[in-house]
Amino acid sequence: MHATDLIGLSATEAARALAAGSVSSAELFETYRARAQADRDAGEQGLNCFTWVADQQPPDAAPGALGGVPLAVKDLFCTEGVPSQAASRILEGYRPPYSATVVTRLREAGAPLLGKTNQDEFAMGSSNENSAFGAVRNPWDRERVPGGSSGGSAAAVAAGLAPWALGTDTGGSIRQPAALCGIVGLKPTYGAVSRYGMIAFASSLDQAGPLTRNVSDAALMLSHMIGRDPCDATSLQFPGAVSMPSAERLDGVRVGVPAELTGDGIEDGVRTAFEAALELARELGAQISEVSLPHAPHALSAYYVIAPAECSSNLARFDGVRYGARAQDPRDLLDMYTRTRHDGFGAEVKRRVMLGTYALSSGYYDAYYGRAQRVRTRIAQDFAEAFGKVDLILTPTSPTVAFPLGERTGDPLSMYLSDFCTIPMSLAGIPAISIPCGLSGGLPVGLQLAGPAFSESRMLESAHALERAIGFDGGGARV
Amino acid sequence: MSEPPGTHAGPPGTHAGPGAPSGVAVHGSADAAAPGMEPVIGLEIHVQLSTATKMFCSCELSFGEPANTRTCPVCLGLPGSLPVANAHAIHLGLMIGLALGSELAPRSIFHRKNYFYPDLPKGYQISQYDEPLCRGGRLGDVRIHRVHLEEDAAKLIHVGASGRIHGSDASLVDFNRGGTPLAEIVTEPDLRSAEQAGEWLRLLRTTLRRLGVSDVNMEEGSLRCDANISLRPAGSEMLGVKTELKNMNSFRFIERGINAEVARQGKILAGGGKVVQETLHFDPSSGAITSLRSKEEAHDYRYFPEPDLLPVAISAEMLGEARAAMSELPADRQQRLQVEVGLAAESARLLAFRGELGDFFEAALAAGADPAPPAQALANWVTGELLARLPDGADPAESLLTPQALARLVGLLAARSISSGVARQVLEQLLAEGGEPEAIIERDGLAAIGGGDELAAVVAAAIAANADAAEKIRQGNAKASGPIVGFVMRETKGRADGAEVARLIEAQLRA
Amino acid sequence: MARLARLALAEEEIEPMARELSAVLDHVAKIAELDLDGVPPTSHVVEVTGALRPDVPRPSLPREVALAQAPASGQDGFLVPSPQA
Repeated sequence: MHATDLIGLSATEAARALAAGSVSSAELFETYRARAQADRDAGEQGLNCFTWVADQQPPDAAPGALGGVPLAVKDLFCTEGVPSQAASRILEGYRPPYSATVVTRLREAGAPLLGKTNQDEFAMGSSNENSAFGAVRNPWDRERVPGGSSGGSAAAVAAGLAPWALGTDTGGSIRQPAALCGIVGLKPTYGAVSRYGMIAFASSLDQAGPLTRNVSDAALMLSHMIGRDPCDATSLQFPGAVSMPSAERLDGVRVGVPAELTGDGIEDGVRTAFEAALELARELGAQISEVSLPHAPHALSAYYVIAPAECSSNLARFDGVRYGARAQDPRDLLDMYTRTRHDGFGAEVKRRVMLGTYALSSGYYDAYYGRAQRVRTRIAQDFAEAFGKVDLILTPTSPTVAFPLGERTGDPLSMYLSDFCTIPMSLAGIPAISIPCGLSGGLPVGLQLAGPAFSESRMLESAHALERAIGFDGGGARV
Repeated sequence: MSEPPGTHAGPPGTHAGPGAPSGVAVHGSADAAAPGMEPVIGLEIHVQLSTATKMFCSCELSFGEPANTRTCPVCLGLPGSLPVANAHAIHLGLMIGLALGSELAPRSIFHRKNYFYPDLPKGYQISQYDEPLCRGGRLGDVRIHRVHLEEDAAKLIHVGASGRIHGSDASLVDFNRGGTPLAEIVTEPDLRSAEQAGEWLRLLRTTLRRLGVSDVNMEEGSLRCDANISLRPAGSEMLGVKTELKNMNSFRFIERGINAEVARQGKILAGGGKVVQETLHFDPSSGAITSLRSKEEAHDYRYFPEPDLLPVAISAEMLGEARAAMSELPADRQQRLQVEVGLAAESARLLAFRGELGDFFEAALAAGADPAPPAQALANWVTGELLARLPDGADPAESLLTPQALARLVGLLAARSISSGVARQVLEQLLAEGGEPEAIIERDGLAAIGGGDELAAVVAAAIAANADAAEKIRQGNAKASGPIVGFVMRETKGRADGAEVARLIEAQLRA
Repeated sequence: MARLARLALAEEEIEPMARELSAVLDHVAKIAELDLDGVPPTSHVVEVTGALRPDVPRPSLPREVALAQAPASGQDGFLVPSPQA
């Protein structure tokens, strides 16, 4: 099969073709490998999606159920013997002695490692401009951001440099780049997927998830990721399996639209596309009603206390003692610590570590971290109440389309605001998926669906029906 | 330092009622430095639990293994690693709580204690903060404040000039110990003297050893103790400023350290000064107390609940398993020895609270010696003659004397086959070389000379050689028999049975 | 705060950092407005308990692997400047 035909196959189609023998895994791997390497070699001229690319198909790759559909993995995941740097100077060249559980599970299912993708440093960011290895560019418009923190993964899938990719989502880091790049991104229920081997940012929020070309691919990847891991005490047994979606209609599906996340702050083009999607949903048989998430406006504040607090603790291990970078010729121990971390961490990381340290410090804990965790309880209660009346909640994924590189880097707060639609779901630990629902000014707009904990299968069905009806064509972004 | 006359902290287990012992006039050494002041002491004990693996990962515990050979991504704090709590450590923690009569929290959580140090790979220690496993309880005179679980730090070894790096002194970090499960036991400040603290710590050690939850060996580091010390006017309810004394690794050093600190504080207060709250180090060789400079920076540990670990809920099953695993506690053992074995209270208490003595005694009792030793006699020999001949704090089970041998010895003595003098001799030989009492008696010809003509003849000769004494006895002064008995004993090299000698003297002189 | 976090800040970084942090703090201080009496904090989103590990040993890393990424090692361990005594 010709290379362009090969890369035209979705992951599900490729798996089928591999099983049927009409495609060889070696050819498929090499096709993608060459494209990924070309992007890497292109440097400034490329999209800068990858921090590492395999130099050949893994020699002893077992076929597994998937038969060998190459997988791009965010740099944040530990991959044994392969650089896993969280896009940070402090881990430059770090090669872990073990692999993350989800990476191992997917590899054994037949999704070999194609390469590691670029990201915001330590998953902190919404534009992939915080990487120690340079920004990633949006395949739809090179002068614009792909979103973050899983920007490299999203751009790689959108550009056809990988059939699918693994990312992580803490406050929207899978969903928002998926929206900005016109692809599908899913954040599972907290605990559904093991975090072992995922370099930790905010432990109570981080989740691994798929970035794919379509909803079926996301379901396929998710089905091979879920399940309790004895190495992760917070991982849970997923009730039942994740089914492959096939729905074409939304009859009987009750959809809730929260005023708090669909009103002020959403730019016009995004709002238009969102309302068109709602209209489509109605035509497919969904019952649309308004719901209220009264504490959603405070979600951003709570998140920007909890996440930095947890990250300030999680990043304390980067001290130059056992791995990673160490400052040259330290005067003494204190100097070694402070200079190593000053030189190794980027500005955004430093900001969040400072913020988090402050939020946890004596005298401030109750006012900040303590309160934020209470706000979190309220937000979870808001969702629980809403899901008593509706099956799904729909919002735009991102308040804007992809913004220009450099536009928000001078104002961290404005960058944080781009997450206000995705953060509430993270705080509540519920699953959410972003699917492309249209264009605004030639740039993709994402539609977010969220459901109660462990409702992934039902959510994927609804997403599948909507995707089919929307008929979004992402081919134009392919390199 | 000699004990002040007339006062003693009293045997553990004999105080009734809650609260600190009041009306017990323990003056300790503070009295000398600051009259009318009493020491107030609380202890913080860290106990390494006897699990097979570490607290949060499956590495085997290390006992002197080569450096950095018992590590994994979790206990090395590698990026992406996650802790998972050891079920057996929780079980042992529950047993400790049960043994101390603590309230077991139905739900307890782990917290992160954040600070930077090379022996702390994650930059935080996983411990427990305001929702510990156990609260309250009591052991002997002392109330327990709390018991919680945490992980041990790694080992930092100063390498100094031989391993200079970056142009300065270096330390080597060995992560083998890092992650070992610890139970931290904190007492209320109920102790009033260093001696009482030492005695109580021994009680705790015996208790934990009998529970089988830890080796509790101070020299090996499986038992560590810090002391919080303050002074206050005797009888006052207020608490003075306390200092923390750390890094004392033997019972003797702890007692000396506490005494030294009490004296230091007493001197300050007597001079009108104020005690500064700080962390101190006691140097046993110089007796000096110095400030631990590494603690000068106030630590803000920024505790928050550990998000990587779920709360621990104690199920009925876990509780049942902990109860079932409990062996007999000292107080219960004392009771049993008194009531079932029939020992006097003081013997029972000593054997119960010095567990290794009790174990030796019960093993001897069960040895099936024939002639059987009476229980009380055996108990007296264990707590008397045997204990006196063992180095301080030694375990009789580690000597060459076996419980069986002691049982037979005491049995032989009770049956008058040997004299008490000979028994003491044989005991010393058994301790020196092991073996069987009968063999030693046979080999050295130590059998008691009891009845028979042989002894009668010696007695007759003794009487003949001590005519004055014999006369006094004939005239009713039985106590004059000393020279005659002495003669017999010399002649028989102590093998004569004392009671039999007395009977023969009586018989021969009355005749 | 920087010292607690073991972050050395260069002279020229302090002012912008302080400004940025202030802005964020002002925003997050909004949570002070809410009435949260009687609301329990969510320390764990997953309201489950347990997930304990059986006390069964598994092989540790070989020492060379443990030390492989160390910035400074020797004599079978990780070397660091000595903490002040």
